[in-house]
Parts: sequence; C-alpha cells; structure tokens
Amino acid sequence: MKEIIRVENLSKAYRIGLKQQSHDTLFGKVADMVKAPLRNLKNLRSLTRFDGAEDPTVHWALKDIDFTVNEGEVLGIIGHNGAGKSTLLKILSRVTEPTTGRITIHGRVGALLEVGTGFHPELTGRENIYMNGTILGMTKKEIDRKLDEIVDFSGVEKYIDTPVKFYSSGMKVRLGFAVAAHLDPEILIIDEVLAVGDVEFQRKCLGKMEDVSRSGRTVLFVSHNMTAISNLCKRCIVLKQGTISKIDDASDAVKHYVHNSIKTSEVQQIRFVWDLKSAPGDERIKLLKFSVTPANSEKIFYKDCAICFNICFNILDDRVKVVGFNIYLSTMEGVLVCHIGRQLLKEEMNGVGLYQTSLIFPPNVLNVGWYSANLMIGLNTTEPLIHTGDIKFNIIGNKNASIIKELKGIIQPKVKFSVKKLKNTAFEHEEGK
Amino acid sequence: MVKDTKDHKLQSAGAKPPTLVIEPNKNWQLQAWRELVRYKDLLYFLVVRGIKARYAQSVLGVSWAVIQPLFTTLVFTVIFGNLVKVGSDGLPYVLFSFSGMVIWNYFSNTLTESSNSVVQNASMITKVYFPRIVLPLSAAFSKMLDFLIGFVVLIGFLIYFRVMPSINILWLPVVILVMLLFSLGIGSFLSALSVQYRDVKHALSFLVQILMYACPVVYPMSAIPEQYRLLYALNPMVGVIEGFRASLIPTLPFPYVPFGLGAAVALLVFFGGTYYFHKFERKFADVA
Repeated sequence: MKEIIRVENLSKAYRIGLKQQSHDTLFGKVADMVKAPLRNLKNLRSLTRFDGAEDPTVHWALKDIDFTVNEGEVLGIIGHNGAGKSTLLKILSRVTEPTTGRITIHGRVGALLEVGTGFHPELTGRENIYMNGTILGMTKKEIDRKLDEIVDFSGVEKYIDTPVKFYSSGMKVRLGFAVAAHLDPEILIIDEVLAVGDVEFQRKCLGKMEDVSRSGRTVLFVSHNMTAISNLCKRCIVLKQGTISKIDDASDAVKHYVHNSIKTSEVQQIRFVWDLKSAPGDERIKLLKFSVTPANSEKIFYKDCAICFNICFNILDDRVKVVGFNIYLSTMEGVLVCHIGRQLLKEEMNGVGLYQTSLIFPPNVLNVGWYSANLMIGLNTTEPLIHTGDIKFNIIGNKNASIIKELKGIIQPKVKFSVKKLKNTAFEHEEGK
Repeated sequence: MVKDTKDHKLQSAGAKPPTLVIEPNKNWQLQAWRELVRYKDLLYFLVVRGIKARYAQSVLGVSWAVIQPLFTTLVFTVIFGNLVKVGSDGLPYVLFSFSGMVIWNYFSNTLTESSNSVVQNASMITKVYFPRIVLPLSAAFSKMLDFLIGFVVLIGFLIYFRVMPSINILWLPVVILVMLLFSLGIGSFLSALSVQYRDVKHALSFLVQILMYACPVVYPMSAIPEQYRLLYALNPMVGVIEGFRASLIPTLPFPYVPFGLGAAVALLVFFGGTYYFHKFERKFADVA
C-alpha cells in the first residue's frame, strides 16, 4: 500500500497563562498600573515566540508524534479530553502550524473540524451552502452540481430560501453536515461531528461515514464513540497527554484505551460515603454509604461478572419495623432498566447498630456501556425517606472472553443457540403429500 | 507538437495529487497567492456575504451607502464652504467635497472593516484552512459596492453642474487601482496586527476621523504651503483624491508628481502589508 501521510517528530507548544503577582500596597498598585502596558506587550509578543524550552508557561499539546497513514486507510484517533487529538487534526489540516517536526501529505485534504463553518445568520440556507462549501475548498461549479443532493440530504428543502437565523439549531447542523458530507478530497479529516442531531440524523451520518470509509478514501477520524471507532476504523491511535500511547488494530486500541481510562477516569462515580454529621436520614435511620463494585472485587465492571450494590446504614431506633431499599438502575440516557427492591424486616435486624446490606446483580444481563443507579430508602413501607444522587459506572467487555462485536440494546443476556436438522428434504409442504 | 506536450504536462500534473509539506516557519508566501486562485469562489462568496449581511433587515438597504457621505458632505458644505470659506480650486464646494468624500469614505470604511476582518472571523480561522488573505481582500472588495453607488451619485452632481470630463478621465481606472492597492495593503497589515494586538481597533476608531484632515477632502492641496507639498503627497490618499477629481473635472490639471509619488508609496504598502500578513498568518489560529 502507498503511504499517503507521514508525520515525523511532530510537536506543538502553546502558551498558558500564569498567575500574575500583584501588589497589595497602594504604591505597588500604581507602579503596576504604570508598568502594565509594557508587561502586556511582553505577554502578547510571547504568544507567538518560543525560545526557552524550560519556560513554565509553555504547554506541549503534542510531543514527538510519529506515524504514517496508508492510502485508503481509515485511522481512528482516541484519547481523553486534552490528549491532543484536536491539535493533531488542526495541524494536519493546516489550521495551525507545528512548533517542530514535519508532515508530508500526498493529496488534497478536506477537514471537518466543525459543521457549518462560516454560516451567516442573515443569509439563506442556499447561500450558506455556497459559503460553507467554498470555505471547505469546493468550487462554485462543484457545489452547483451537488446542490440538489446536498439540499436533499439535509432535509430542509422547505426552508432553503429562508435566512438561517430562523432555523432551529438542529436544522443548521443538518445543513452543515450535508455540505460536509459532499466534500470529496483524497484525505478526509473528521472531528467528532456525529454527536449532533437527532437519532435519525445520527444514523444517516454514520451511514454516510461507512460509505466514505468503504469508498477507498483515506480518513482520519476522531471520536469518543468507541463503537463507531471499532466499526469504522482498521487502525487506531491512542493519544495520552500529547504522546502516542498505542497504535494498533482498532479493537485492540479501543480496549487499551478503555482499560486505561477506567483507572484514571474521574467520570465514574461509584460510591457515596457520608460522615455521621452529614449522613442523610433522620433520628431513626442514617445512610452512611452507598456504593457499587464489581462482585469479583476487581476495579473494572465486566459484562460477565456480577455487580454488587453495597449499602451501609445506622439504625438508631429499635422501633423501626421495615426498611425498604429501592435501587433504580438506568442507562445514561435515562431509560429505567430495572427497579431493584428489597425489604428488610425487623426480624432480620437486631436493634440499634451499624448494618451493611448487599444486593448482587447477576452477570450477563446488562450490555456494555454506562449506567447510573440511585437509591431510595423508605421506612415502614410507606414513607420515602432518603434519596441519593446517581452513582455512575461503565461496563466494558467480557473478562473471560473477548467481545467480537458490540451488539445493540440495553440488556445482553447469554442466549443459548441450538440447531437441529429435522429432515433431509428442504420443503415442509412435501411432508403432507 | 508543442501544444500537445504542454497539454500532456498539464494533465499529468492534474492527475497526480499535490504533495504538501507542513513544517514550522515555512514560508507560505508564494503558495498562498497560488491558492488564492483555487479559492477565488470563496472570495466571491465572502464579498457577497459582506454586502448582503451589511444591508440585511434594513428598510433603506443600500441607500445608506448614499445617505452617509451625502449628509457628511452637506455638513461640510455648510461649515467649510459657507461659514469658514475654505478654498475649493474654483469648484462648487458641494462637488469638491463630495468627490473627496466618495474616495475617503471608501478608504476609511475599508480600513475599519478589513482591520477587523480576521478577528471577526476567528471562529472560521480556528476550524478550517483557507488562504487567510481572502478575509481582508473580501472586506475591501465588498466596500467597492458603496464606492460605486457613491460614484453614480457623483456623476449626477457632475451632470447637474454641467461638468464634461476631459481626456484625463483615462486616468480614472489607474487612480481607482492605486486606491484599491493602498487600501488592501494597509488593510491586510492592520488585520494581521490586530490579531495579536487588539489595540489596533481602539486606535483606529478615532484615528480614521483624524486622518481625514491629512487628506485633501475638505480643503484642496493648493492650501498646503508649496515647500511641504511633496512631504504631504507621501500620503497616497492625497494623490488619489486629487487625481480622482482631476480625472473627472477638466478645469483641474492632473497632479502627476503627487500622484506618482503616492502610487509608489501605495505599491510599497501593498507589498509590505501582504508580506507581513503572509508571514504572520500561520499563527492566527493560535492567537486569534
């Protein structure tokens, strides 16, 4: 295969602001004010100059990146926020220049870092198609030729001669994507544009993306949608703090990224712990801890392992008869997956004291993905007393077997398949003869 | 035969994808001008956008391009023509000041608009690559519409005062070209400068008003003492405004020396300004 992009030793530095030291005395403040223009000039000039490498105000968004892309390859780029993904795309699309290093590109680059760039609210949809299209590097002739297709794809035919300022935000995005989707350079660079529009439109976009990636064009694709990455890309780069932490087959790279991000993720909120003073509840019962852990006491939630909800509480009054625990398990989109209810009767408790109760959720029920759960505790069957916030956790692939392909749906139970040959002839109606 | 090989060359050049090398501090000067040809449609649509957006949702629309210089001229005529009695080289003062006003209006509007053009379109610059120079260029070109409208009104004045242009009218395209080059040059310089130093915007808002008095808009060049005239003519707008009047009004001699001097300065400013712009444009996305 022919090499189409070669990136060598690429780095990019940015200036970050440091806190200015300020004086508390009147004289110091006045002196500061007098000196301010000079200091501002120095700061402004330094925005574009990088001399001393050890400067604390220099932040390396990318550091020594090397990779190559072959013709017709669909390359995914993943990483946390701030890992340098967008910076890399910006350099590749020539929006900004690298601080060091060299990129050689054979072919015309079309970059899609945003949809609807250059849209002007006062212009009509049709005029904005031309505006946006020419910004992306198309010629007027090209757009003339594709106009009907673009309008059709956007689904806003009715309003195409209305100024864009009267459009809903979804319509604007759709129009922008429609223009972008009809761009056909040899190399296409795409930054997370699929996270827009309604479900129907997202499906349309993903379909278009699949077409593009199958058409033999070279595509660089940044996304947080791991399913899309592993479906569309062959190879994938994982960026971490400005360096490449892995380049591999898309599925392996995604796995690498997901496993690593579980350890460092700040998004996963798997426990609430309160001290005695702030604990929710009243003079009869106080909740001390609500957490979710993988039942096998590892740190990662696997699809084929049980999930354990732990609840710690203090019973402060021995007249409490029934404590009801209700866990509402939902998807991140807010679809209630199930309501887990459990009642603790007086007979099961032993008066005042600290208790822990665990609810084990069976393995192989939930599909991979993010889930949230909140706890409601009620007393004596009727009174809802305590509501907690949402704990959030992410179920990833199987522990014992790798997932070949992620399937859709909220639940993903183990389904037994069987097949049995009934007869050697193929048609059933012959049996009746 | 010769033609054939040429065609063949062109074809193979078109078929082979262009190779692009991205490196720090690479000079994109020549490449940028070449790319401008490829992006000429973008320039066209930006000009259209500039014009349409400016007069969108206004009742009088393009009439504002007439009203604005006309009212200023009226005020000047009352103050400088009737009260202070500033000279006007023997012309009716209205004609004198309006002809200067048409040019000055174009220049000052282009200056403000193009110096803002890059900062205003920062959202585009940080997302897409295109030859950045189209931004100040489109600002300067879209103001040409106002200039043309003002010019048509000026022709009305000429007809009213029964002024018949002489052979000097052949200078008119040259004068307008110099005006355009100077505006483009200074516009691209200021637009690049204001990306990093927003002071430009503040300074320009009042400097533009003051600068008018450094040009023969409300008074003729003949009001300047003889020995300072060459120095005065270093300002290209002097030659442009005087040349503009002389090319339309036969009683005025064409100011060859001031105009030639101004044109030379304008050319220098054009190349210097666009050079500075190209040198700096690679950093726009980081600073804007």
